Amino acid sequence: MQDFLLRLFGRGGAAKGSASLAKERLQFVLIHDRINLPPETMEQMKREILAVIAKYITIDGDSVDIALQNRDRLNLLVAEIPFITAAPPDFTDIDDVDENDDIPRRPAADVKPKSID
Amino acid sequence: MACKVVTITSGKGGVGKTTTTANLGIALASLDKKLVLIDADIGLRNLDIVMGLESRIVYDLVDVIEGRAKLRQAMIRHKQFTNLFLIPAAQSRDKTAVSPADMIQITDELRAEFDFVLIDSPAGIERGFRNAVAPADEVLLVTNPEVSAVRDADRIIGLLEAEKKPTPRLILNRLKSDMVRKGEMMSPEDVVDMLSIKLIGIVPEDDGVVSSSNAGQPIVLNEASKAGAAYKEIARRLTGEDVPFRSGDDGGGLLKRLGRLFGGKS
Repeated sequence: MQDFLLRLFGRGGAAKGSASLAKERLQFVLIHDRINLPPETMEQMKREILAVIAKYITIDGDSVDIALQNRDRLNLLVAEIPFITAAPPDFTDIDDVDENDDIPRRPAADVKPKSID
Repeated sequence: MACKVVTITSGKGGVGKTTTTANLGIALASLDKKLVLIDADIGLRNLDIVMGLESRIVYDLVDVIEGRAKLRQAMIRHKQFTNLFLIPAAQSRDKTAVSPADMIQITDELRAEFDFVLIDSPAGIERGFRNAVAPADEVLLVTNPEVSAVRDADRIIGLLEAEKKPTPRLILNRLKSDMVRKGEMMSPEDVVDMLSIKLIGIVPEDDGVVSSSNAGQPIVLNEASKAGAAYKEIARRLTGEDVPFRSGDDGGGLLKRLGRLFGGKS
């Protein structure tokens, strides 16, 4: 809100730029009108989308954002869904590893990779 | 030239549909076109009074549909432009008196003899609107550079798309370029950006429109009026002429950029 007021009143203190405010508000309203879903249904849809994705990857639930956007005249439903990966393999004890183990190892730069039998 | 049926609609009321229909009618007649204007606002007749024809109504659209009059009997001929006719709206409250099929039947009958049929749509999105757009070969969407008008215009675009009607062209009416310059009114570019349809004309705010309605003499008859000049340009574009944007009001200094917002022939 602070932002809008600053833009509205500009430097001289006189009301300025209500047109850009109108445009922002209209862009919000138009995209929501166009998708034509009541807020409850929107929330329901978001929950279901996340439930499906959560079947395949582990989601960082707190940072999820699903929102309506208008970009280059396209009406978009845009989702940002951060997911959490498992810990990467540990390469530090490479000398202790048995050749026949199938723990993956990163070859040293000056050594040719061993062929796999 | 095949007859073109053009519906003028808006969604929101009071943005200038009737004024636009009346002025485009006179402008097209001045270009020697034969045309009929139809007031499709059942119950709220107003195209007649804006054109100064209110005292000459005998029969109306519903009389024709219900068989009390022949189509020709309901057509009021303009005194100055004898190739221009008006079919007035009924004053009845029964909106169901007219159906989309009725409108198509009437315009089909008119196509043989006329170059244009202009249909003045009521405000709203219900039956009156559907009746008005049913026979349309082209739709002109009138809006103002104002939040609720643009919102309603967007809704109309969506409805037309859903019903497989032609994509409308936009008439941005009542633009005040000094307000656009000050950032207090949305510019033609702003509106076109949001609605994503092509412009067919920009009509500046003009006090003369009120005076001309008072007199029943549409403003296009006033040679000095910028709004009138804008309507004349729109009429020429409707005939397929490629008219570059140039009328007196430069929309807040956007003259060069506006050219590309204008759609070509339909």
